[in-house]
Amino acid sequence: MIRIRNLWKRYGKNDVLKGLNLDAHQSEILVILGRSGVGKSVLLRHIIGIEKPDEGSIEIDGVVITNLKKNQIYRAVKNMGMLFQGSALFDSMNVEENTAFYLNQHGDCLTGKKLPPAVVKQKVKEALAMVGLEGTENKMPSDLSGGMRKRAGLARLIVYRPKILLYDEPTTGLDPITAQQINELIVKTQDELKGTSIVVTHDLHSALFIADRLALHQDGQIVHVADPESFMKLDHPVIQFLRENLTPKRRKHR
Amino acid sequence: MIALVKKQSAQVLEMVGDYVSMIWDVCWAALKKPPAWSLIQEQLYHIGVMSFSVVATTGFTTGFVLAAQSFYQLGEKGLAGVTGVLVGKSMITELGPILTAFMVTGRVGASMCAELGTMKVTEQIDALKSMAINPNAYLVAPRFIAGIFMIPLLTLFSTMMGIFGGYLIAVNLFHLSAASYFDPMQIHITLFDVATGVIKSFIFGILLVTVCCYRGMNTSGGAAGVGKATTQSVVTSYILILLADFFLTMALNMIHQEMKYDWMRGI
Repeated sequence: MIRIRNLWKRYGKNDVLKGLNLDAHQSEILVILGRSGVGKSVLLRHIIGIEKPDEGSIEIDGVVITNLKKNQIYRAVKNMGMLFQGSALFDSMNVEENTAFYLNQHGDCLTGKKLPPAVVKQKVKEALAMVGLEGTENKMPSDLSGGMRKRAGLARLIVYRPKILLYDEPTTGLDPITAQQINELIVKTQDELKGTSIVVTHDLHSALFIADRLALHQDGQIVHVADPESFMKLDHPVIQFLRENLTPKRRKHR
Repeated sequence: MIALVKKQSAQVLEMVGDYVSMIWDVCWAALKKPPAWSLIQEQLYHIGVMSFSVVATTGFTTGFVLAAQSFYQLGEKGLAGVTGVLVGKSMITELGPILTAFMVTGRVGASMCAELGTMKVTEQIDALKSMAINPNAYLVAPRFIAGIFMIPLLTLFSTMMGIFGGYLIAVNLFHLSAASYFDPMQIHITLFDVATGVIKSFIFGILLVTVCCYRGMNTSGGAAGVGKATTQSVVTSYILILLADFFLTMALNMIHQEMKYDWMRGI
């Protein structure tokens, strides 16, 4: 369970988060929609402890991480994971080393026990199979396509089975088929891990496919949260625009 | 104008604070849980082994030049016999540490900054944080440990190459005897000179590694930002090394003088 209260963040003279409030429940996929630059990614970076807010609190499973010191935050986010927009694979490591990285550093996510190399190898193999990247173990990130990188990033995330998963625009820049594969993987991962997933996206089709609840992020705040059906019926200019553009319109030929 | 000065001063102070905090974090993390040997080994190879040829060439050619200059400048005044001392003392106390630090900054520091900067702008450092790994402990600490071990060693090697280079020129070109090159060194080069060189190289090593890593870890602005940070890291390291050299020379000599007087008073 994630509880965010009155979150404020300012970069220079620009207030990105303005007293944002949000709850994400256990075993749900919460999708945050919003225009570019409203601070959706900034919100995820706060939840996973990369950024510190100017004001407000983030409580994760009863622990207020915004009150913690830097080293305590690292401990608190051990059972969380994030898929970055650009995948953020370590470019000095191959796909196998990238995927095994967390397990080699921390051991098992729940028990913290060091895992034997054979077990790590097996878990990596399973994770790569789950995202359809068998046989790419020895490839370097620079040898992968955009979609493959996203899937390798997802394998790196799901291999240690975190309780909280954050996805920063997982389908942006992908073709519709790969995007749908990623959507299905997000749902499959959620069904398996039964944790809390927060997905930030612009992609309405993707949002409607994966979301248990949808949230609208506008002007530094969450202005609406609802289940997909109720969300699409809300009377709000942005949602109205989304509703109207759900089916792509053909432009008039001259 | 005053407001601008105030703003700039605040920015500089903030940067110095961040830099000191990073060094503290690196030392604390390295003491609490030393980085994996494989990570240190990789950096020892990168900083040390890969720099040997560059540092050797620099020391060797500097020895050539020093020997030639001292022979031509001092020889006509009948002081050709001090060539060895001049080469040795200059290499041990000044040129060895400074030139090695400069070469390592250019070769290794710049690459460290560019590598960490690229990791920063491509969110790889954020990915480390998201996996509960302190980037200072994982990325900076191995470089720091390798730097403080390898840079004094490289300096020692460069100094030896410089003295050897000077010897080759003095003996083969200017026909000084090996004894007249090396014997005065044993009298005039003291343990203090050697300690000065070692202390300087140690401090320069800390400076260049931490400045380049700090710049890299705080890079922003994509590929252009990486280029800018790399240039800044090299320039800042050079300036700090030169300033540190002056202050260390003053401080070490003052301490040495004080110790000498204390010893004489004791007699």
